[in-house]
Amino acid sequence: MVGITSYGMYLPFNRLERIHIGQAFGKRTPHGEKAVANYDEDSLTMAVSAAINCIGTKGSATALNGVYFASTTPPNREKQAAAHIASVLNVDGHIRTSDFNSTLRSGTNAMLAALDAARHDEEILVTAADCRPAYADSSYEISFGDGAAAFTFGNHDVIAEYIDSYSVSYDFYDVWCSSDEKYPHFFDEKFSLDKGYVPFTVESIKGLMKRNDITQEQIAKIVIDAPSDRHAMSILRPAGFSPGLLQESLIKDFGYTGTANALLLLACTLEKSRPGDLILYVSYGEGSDAVLFKVCENVNNIGSGRGLDYFKNNKKNDMNYEKYLKWKKMMVFDPPRRMALTRSNLPDFYRKRKKNLSCQGSKCTECGTPHYPPSMVCVKCKAIEKMEPYSFKGRHAKLATFAFDYVAFSEDSPNIVAVVDFEGGGRMFTYLMDCAMNDVVIGMPVELTYRKIFSVDGIHTYSWKCVPSNH
Amino acid sequence: MNHGLKDRVAVVGMGCTKFGDRYEASKEDLILEAVKECLEDANLALEDIDAYWFGTFNSEISGVGLSQYLKTENKPVTRIENYCCTGSDAFRNACFAVASGVYDVVMAIGMEKLKDSGFSGLNWWIPDGDKTEPEIAAPSVFSVLAPAYAKKYGLGFDELREVLVKISEKNHYNGSLNPKAMFQKAMTPEQIKKSPMAAAPYLTVMDCSGVSDGCACAIIMRTDAALKHRQDPMYVKGVNSVAASGYCKLNIDYDFTSIIETANCAEQLYRQVGIKDPIKELSLAEVHDCFTITELVLYEDLGFSKRGQGWKDLLEGKFSIGGKLPVNIDGGLKSFGHPIGASGIRMIYESWLQFHGKAGKRQLDDPRLGLAHNLGGMPYMGITAITIVGKDLG
Repeated sequence: MVGITSYGMYLPFNRLERIHIGQAFGKRTPHGEKAVANYDEDSLTMAVSAAINCIGTKGSATALNGVYFASTTPPNREKQAAAHIASVLNVDGHIRTSDFNSTLRSGTNAMLAALDAARHDEEILVTAADCRPAYADSSYEISFGDGAAAFTFGNHDVIAEYIDSYSVSYDFYDVWCSSDEKYPHFFDEKFSLDKGYVPFTVESIKGLMKRNDITQEQIAKIVIDAPSDRHAMSILRPAGFSPGLLQESLIKDFGYTGTANALLLLACTLEKSRPGDLILYVSYGEGSDAVLFKVCENVNNIGSGRGLDYFKNNKKNDMNYEKYLKWKKMMVFDPPRRMALTRSNLPDFYRKRKKNLSCQGSKCTECGTPHYPPSMVCVKCKAIEKMEPYSFKGRHAKLATFAFDYVAFSEDSPNIVAVVDFEGGGRMFTYLMDCAMNDVVIGMPVELTYRKIFSVDGIHTYSWKCVPSNH
Repeated sequence: MNHGLKDRVAVVGMGCTKFGDRYEASKEDLILEAVKECLEDANLALEDIDAYWFGTFNSEISGVGLSQYLKTENKPVTRIENYCCTGSDAFRNACFAVASGVYDVVMAIGMEKLKDSGFSGLNWWIPDGDKTEPEIAAPSVFSVLAPAYAKKYGLGFDELREVLVKISEKNHYNGSLNPKAMFQKAMTPEQIKKSPMAAAPYLTVMDCSGVSDGCACAIIMRTDAALKHRQDPMYVKGVNSVAASGYCKLNIDYDFTSIIETANCAEQLYRQVGIKDPIKELSLAEVHDCFTITELVLYEDLGFSKRGQGWKDLLEGKFSIGGKLPVNIDGGLKSFGHPIGASGIRMIYESWLQFHGKAGKRQLDDPRLGLAHNLGGMPYMGITAITIVGKDLG
């Protein structure tokens, strides 16, 4: 039996209330908030966070045969994110990795490819994440949000069985962004709905239901990737579904999260589903996929505890529109009077990839002292080269001391310099993110988070920082 | 085995430029300014110097950085760099050179030209590497000591702020008595408190030493030769240095309330020199007050105060002029300024002036023994060098 074996989500901590956009431009805006990736987050870091929520952090993740990454906003046009994510999760080496890009449907494309592989006994992790930019004062600016979802697919311990899918593909210009551009463009919404969105999705839905001889009444929940509620509603009647079956949109509380949206909605559905439920999942983008899942008995056996409710509550929404523009790099600033950053030394970064990407240190086999960064000589007993690998991911940690650095260059001054003490030993100097200054106190629990450290010469250097932990 | 230097070498002359925004002076200008004063003071010519130790953090590379300006020929010049201990380390190595008997007359010189860059604050050169370590500005590197100290010794935020402001006030006042200092203006606590934040919540810009240009130098001989040259040389009782293993940076049992390398270095040196009660036996102490919190912790690490009591002793005036042991009587890094390569030697220069009655408004009554403490790098992984000099033999 092939299907979903686990899932996880990630929505950035910081939220922009839509009213701030309205105030900036003197217009009315819908209620609600957008999830806004911090300046050190991007589609890759969010995908990692979702993946960790999906598969946990203990050593190397299960027995994965593949890692897929889907995004319309990957950090590089050329350099695979999936291989990077596999390294972060410590499953690199003998594994298949692939990026899926260029369409809002890419998350679904990755999912279907993973399900194909699952038929041949493979377990594949799919991550989907987007940080889509929007022109200032546009309607998309109001609706877009940043976010990520992660799913594993396989044929053991399945929590929702994959029944069938029906795909249609057509070349269609309603949303596009050329390789040399930053902002996606949108054509007239009526054209988009009438000639693209509705016909393609209805075709895939009807094709799926006919082939599986299923009627609308048998469906427990319908998950529709819709950039607005109007889009979702426009499908229901032609496809013959009652609105009560629709999985509630995330746009009001988080925004439309691009290629992550459909999978996030699927995760929300699974959270509230019951064994036996038939779920109809519908994607859109140069065509449409309709996918049928049947929820299994063990659907509630998994979960990181970080579901929709967690992300609804774990947030800060006091940012203003200017801060949003700053983080989205839509404003021009005077460069700081500091030495220019130079790029990461690539051979050194590669030599130290276990530390940099998967937060691995070393532990002395003579006296048991953990070391971060990994060392060749034990700092306690001075034994030479008596070290074994030691992972810091997932360990409980506390803040030992801190400072608010107003002098170092920062995209959001001041940086919060943090000294993190790990349970069992080991200490890391890093930054504390997603925490108000008033909340910083020695002894507070913190956890690791994967973030972008800096970018120079088109090289993005990623590693670990920390955030407050409320496990 | 570290045998120490006790009285084997002595300083016969010193020079020091005015520190500050020396935009009118090039590196060559600064070097010659200090060297000319030093040669005149020592009654020697440049040809008399056998070898040089040239300390500079990032203003020049190679010994040629000095020899090209002094136009020395056929003489060795070693360029020394050891974070902010550079000056002390140049002095230390120069001492060993004459103590060994290989050379007779040597010069230790430290120079730094930091202001031309226009950078705000000290810019640490980051060695090439994967660059995943956080880039922490110098004030924050030391500021991490503050909340830990406050928590351990039960000081409220305002209480510790009061203490740090007092240290800043003391050193600004001392600087106002020093014509060579970068900042010669006494500051009130109110002025200090109002200044912008550098490393919140404890350190404002007024809690930070001044990034500065400057140069200082010393000529050193073996003691017997020094006494033949002048009747009042300054004897080097001992120089000691300790480099960190990184234990504090890597281990959760270091609690950020002290600078371990300094404590160990001081303990070793006091033993070598025979000092049992530093606050009583020392006449003056120049310590590395890169930030006010550093000076506070140093009172305890250098054995002037018991653990957790440094702040009380400071508030009681023990370390002010007129107190039991004036600390940073020349203004310290705070007011004199901190041209990195020069600072260690500048600290020794204050003892030199004091022993020769040349300290003007800062002159102590009967100074006999001076300490110069330098600290480089981070308090949790750095290098310490301490020098003790005396007016008398034995």
